[in-house]
Amino acid sequence: MTGLFELLGLGASAELLSLSGWGGNLLRGLANSLQIAFGAFGLGLVIGLFGAYGKLYGGKVTRDLLAIYTTVIRAVPELVLILILYYVGSDIINKISEGLGGGRVEINGVAAGIWVLGVVQGAYATEVLRGAIKAVPAGQIEAAKSYGMPAFMIMRRVTIPAMMSFAVPGLANLWLIATKDTALLAVVGFNELTLETRQAASSTRAYFTFFLAAGFLYLMVTLCSGAVFARIEKWARRGQPSLRGGTR
Amino acid sequence: MDSAAATASALETDTRREAIRVEDLHKSFGNLEVLKGVDLTAQQGDVVAIIGGSGSGKSTMLRCINFLETPSSGKIVIGGEEVAMQGDGSPAKQKQIERIRTKLAMVFQQFNLWTHRTLIENVIEVPVHVLKVPKVQAIERARELLDRVGLGGKEDTYPAYLSGGQQQRAAIARALAVDPSAMLFDEPTSALDPELVGEVLTVIRDLAAEGRTMLLVTHEMKFAREVANYVVYLYQGRIEEQGPPAEVFGNPQSERLKQFLSSVA
Ligand SMILES: Nc1ncnc2c1ncn2[C@@H]1O[C@H](COP(=O)(O)OP(=O)(O)OP(=O)(O)O)[C@@H](O)[C@H]1O
Ligand SMILES: [Mg+2]
Repeated sequence: MTGLFELLGLGASAELLSLSGWGGNLLRGLANSLQIAFGAFGLGLVIGLFGAYGKLYGGKVTRDLLAIYTTVIRAVPELVLILILYYVGSDIINKISEGLGGGRVEINGVAAGIWVLGVVQGAYATEVLRGAIKAVPAGQIEAAKSYGMPAFMIMRRVTIPAMMSFAVPGLANLWLIATKDTALLAVVGFNELTLETRQAASSTRAYFTFFLAAGFLYLMVTLCSGAVFARIEKWARRGQPSLRGGTR
Repeated sequence: MDSAAATASALETDTRREAIRVEDLHKSFGNLEVLKGVDLTAQQGDVVAIIGGSGSGKSTMLRCINFLETPSSGKIVIGGEEVAMQGDGSPAKQKQIERIRTKLAMVFQQFNLWTHRTLIENVIEVPVHVLKVPKVQAIERARELLDRVGLGGKEDTYPAYLSGGQQQRAAIARALAVDPSAMLFDEPTSALDPELVGEVLTVIRDLAAEGRTMLLVTHEMKFAREVANYVVYLYQGRIEEQGPPAEVFGNPQSERLKQFLSSVA
């Protein structure tokens, strides 16, 4: 038994992954990744909601600008976008800071990550939410109008709740993409899970162990997210008979 | 004959207050002129049935009255208050429209209940959020109304789990919850299976009997004749004939109305 353990190198792996050692670094990287994913997803939702409403109800200029935004963001590879947005973003901040007479600013990695990925997520969220809003039966919005609801109340009380069931599957996808896109931030030197893993692996030469561990952590995130989104979807679909039939 | 009937309700203006007045209403969709100058007055307590062939502009007229459609021109006066319009017919003051809409409860052919809300949530939605009625009070009233339309016990059910007839009765409860000064019905039974029509008509009949002001677009001629005290026949965007139901149904003057009545009989 012990022999088998030795053979597979599991004993050594367990030691390498101990929380006080590299394992702790990996978990810190995971925490950073999740923090950015959360922030970016949230920022993306806000951008997406404005974007969707702008595309559906905005004036010509608004719609054109949004079309450029969603097209460009979705056309350019994320890695390239991240490099552009990161360096452009930090450049602008430094220019402003110098303009105000300050020195160079240390860019906060988490904030930068959220801004960069959030802008990317926003483009996709705009399309997901636009589709969901369009899928809301016109009669529901018309009923709200005919009873004197002001536009903002219609959005809050009718359109958004009614579109949720259409939006949740797409948003769940976006969330998973957000968690994995955090890995791309490794290129700008941000200490998220992938970069931590690479550092641990190259320091110890235990590539297999660490990348397997990282893969396992990403998988756990996905599985937990799946469970959470299943509940959210169930809630969003309240009032809609299940497609498989049966009762509430 | 015709004009005498037309002024029948106008003569009572002193004793009853005017609920809805439409003057020279025009509405075009692009090049298609759907309403070509419609005049209509409903006093409080009037039940006006609006009949006419498909595409004659019945829905459009109803929807112009609460500005779900923007009239092209004309004048709309609700409860003595003229709705301020801009040149293009759009309401000049959104706030005024929103206020007036809460007095004109609409009941739709497709019910249009909010599917993510239970029946009671549907009924209290407008009272609580638009009219700012305290929630406890709104719930109490909503229960009474749902009871009244025969949906007691279904308060916590979502619309999708109900029959069309039940949904339409719930939609009527939602309309009553705003305590409207007039109700607008657009073919309330046309989307229903024949065996469900009766239960909805019963509710509407009760409302008519208690003196509710209603504009009722319908294809149910027997019902129109029974509950309405005034009937308007629309033909291609104009009022072709109007009067008390006994006149319009019993002794139609225009060829088109005669033809229409025999086609739907
Ligand atoms: N939003 C719109 N855009 C363009 N045309 C429209 C629109 N709404 C209605 N119409 C047209 O206006 C005409 C009148 O329509 P309306 O719905 O008022 O008729 P209706 O009398 O209610 O008919 P039905 O009995 O079929 O409900 C029709 O020719 C219809 O195609
Ligand atoms: Mg119609």
